Amino acid sequence: MKSVLLIAVAALPLAAQVSFERLRKAELEPGNWLTYSGNYSAHRHSPLKQITALNVARLRPVWVHQISRLDKFETTPLVADGVMYISESPSNVTALDTRTGRTLWRYRRTLPRDLRLCCGQVNRGVALLDDLVFVGTVDAHLVALDSKSGVVRWDATVADYKTGHSITVAPLAVKDKIIVGIAGGEFGVRGFIDAYSAKTGERAWRFWTIPAPGEPGSETWAGESWKTGSATTWVTGAYDSESNTVFWGTGNPGPDWNGEVRLGDNLYSDSLVALDGDTGKLKWHFQFTPHDVHDWDATEVPVLAEAVVRGQKRKVVLFANRNGFYYVLDRASGQYLQGKAFIHQTWAKDLDDSGRPVRLPNTFPSVEGTKVYPSVPGATNWFSPSYSPQTNLFYVAAREEGSVYHMGEADYKAGALFHGGGERYVPGEEGWGAIRALEPATGAMKWEYRLHSPPWAGVLSTAGGLVFGGTNEGMLFALDATAGKQLWRFQTGGMVASNAISYLSGGKQHIAMAAGNAIFAFAVE
Amino acid sequence: MNRALVMLLTFAMAAAAQESPPKENPHTSGADLERGARLYSGHCAPCHGPKGEGARGAPLARPKLRRAADDQALFRVIENGISGTDMPGAWQMTPREIWQVVAHIRALGRTAVEIVPGDSVKGEQLFGAKGNCTQCHTIKGKGGTAGPELSEIGSRRGADHLRTSMLDPEAATPEGFLQVVAVTRSGKSVTGIRLNEDTDSIQLRDLAGGLHSFWKADLKRLDKEKGRSPMPSYKGVLSNTEIADLTAYLASLRGVL
Repeated sequence: MKSVLLIAVAALPLAAQVSFERLRKAELEPGNWLTYSGNYSAHRHSPLKQITALNVARLRPVWVHQISRLDKFETTPLVADGVMYISESPSNVTALDTRTGRTLWRYRRTLPRDLRLCCGQVNRGVALLDDLVFVGTVDAHLVALDSKSGVVRWDATVADYKTGHSITVAPLAVKDKIIVGIAGGEFGVRGFIDAYSAKTGERAWRFWTIPAPGEPGSETWAGESWKTGSATTWVTGAYDSESNTVFWGTGNPGPDWNGEVRLGDNLYSDSLVALDGDTGKLKWHFQFTPHDVHDWDATEVPVLAEAVVRGQKRKVVLFANRNGFYYVLDRASGQYLQGKAFIHQTWAKDLDDSGRPVRLPNTFPSVEGTKVYPSVPGATNWFSPSYSPQTNLFYVAAREEGSVYHMGEADYKAGALFHGGGERYVPGEEGWGAIRALEPATGAMKWEYRLHSPPWAGVLSTAGGLVFGGTNEGMLFALDATAGKQLWRFQTGGMVASNAISYLSGGKQHIAMAAGNAIFAFAVE
Repeated sequence: MNRALVMLLTFAMAAAAQESPPKENPHTSGADLERGARLYSGHCAPCHGPKGEGARGAPLARPKLRRAADDQALFRVIENGISGTDMPGAWQMTPREIWQVVAHIRALGRTAVEIVPGDSVKGEQLFGAKGNCTQCHTIKGKGGTAGPELSEIGSRRGADHLRTSMLDPEAATPEGFLQVVAVTRSGKSVTGIRLNEDTDSIQLRDLAGGLHSFWKADLKRLDKEKGRSPMPSYKGVLSNTEIADLTAYLASLRGVL
């Protein structure tokens, strides 16, 4: 065993450092997958084109890596210079040889027994910078590991887990800093986005997603509600290196389903915030769902692209939101440019000229229950969309289902659940889902590929003209990127709740995706 | 996947980290009962009936509940649900709200106990003989498999619901139950109960118990007959007295009390 590993390591090219320059120009090395969404623009698009519509039917598994913990396996693997880095539930990290699938090293975190988590002991991935691997932990630490051994270089406390804080998000490496968000939106935490020195673990800045009294936006929280207003930041954002701007989505206001105790718009919950990468200072914000009472976090991945909107070419942010609407925002100002529902929804008449939803009456949760579409998990969720510059289409895994929303009481107690209600199924209804291809500038649907149930897995597009995804029932699939026709499928036997990536190993294009409790790597035989 | 399961598991885990409930219900005032009734109507009545008479869910208007000997146990059942059944945990409620529901359910149990008329001994005979129910249903290890297993059906369904399921089976199909007709490209037609389904395939058990699995691409037609049931109506086949006897027998199948 030991000698096998040593040989595998010895046969690898010398692991080069993953510099900021490499991250900034990730498109120039499509054989690697260096950052959560593949590039800073969060396209989740691979420029590789060995696997095409003509040969994808011959895609076969080359190895499977099983993990020992049974929880949802949400990781996006990263690949750098022949090594794959994955996070495993609850907060572990494993480095694998991409050719054999064999383990090179493991980091196993010892966790306290009294964790406070709303939604599973999950982790969505790691970040790479220079010779370090960064992982957030469910006990709310950020840890830097040596990329060749997994040895801990530093361990920073981001927040106190006993008050319901946790980290499930994959960090984002920007320049010499590691940006990380926080989870705990069902525990009445006060949300923030942090940046840490990659070298030392010292905190460089913090942006509170809820302004303190006296700060702009604080008037949107009644009384003391800002202190427990959540607006957490549990999905990785995007970065524009030209303007040095970090784009990050924020979560629901707390308590989730009882808005009476936090009257007002509740800024900056359910928003996209644009922050200066060096200082964390707010450049602009756009709030998708003012005064949300349905738990529709805007913790989806913002996609940076260029689009011709009403005849004018602009730098934009594309955003498919859990509330059911697709948005196009100006990247420099946050100005709303375009929006359109991409699923069946019953809570808003439309968006007005500023992008603010025009709410329909009788859609708030009630003690007896109120039926609204979309459901609590929403039109889409944390799993990634994809933008293909090749097809100029935006791909999103869309969910079609409703919920019966209940309002409950909301008494805050530190470290205890603080959600003020919840949801139940709409009796007798089966939800369904689809992969939808939208025209980026308008949100108009070009095609859809229907799924049996509302998905929990993201999509990857490739320059080979394909879109990869997965289903709740364990199927991985490849679709024709221009028409949505299914070209390949593989039954993994476990729920797919992750995002696919593509990379080169041994000169061959591979696709990797977590399903059930394993990572599957595929190549054309 | 089942998002309810995800939510349940995870909220239950978080709830488990909190302290255990007291033995006595601390929230039994008039206001608590009033709030408990409202919560019950939204969260519980859809399955357990507006008065706790039972429907798809177990009857609750009983002085003794099989799985909840005392208030603390009832609190736990509401909080965590019952694994292996359709009863979900109430992560949507705070502990006080759960206690308010406990108070309301106990109040329901103090009202008149539902009397199920009929002779359960005669009902048992009818089940095996004239009703021919064992062709499709198993009780205590004996019987067919086309229909649901009924050994403890009386603990899960109210008497009215049981009666309806015999007189008008399609008005009482279980949650998640789906009859489908699959017609292959070669013209072969299979009617059965859906066992599993994904985007590309479906698995069925036909009414004779045969197992089938189809790629959807190989089917000419796939009809999902929502609300349909292969069970025949016994209206006019059995007399009112016989239906009452069968209802009494099924309602008596309540497992170990």
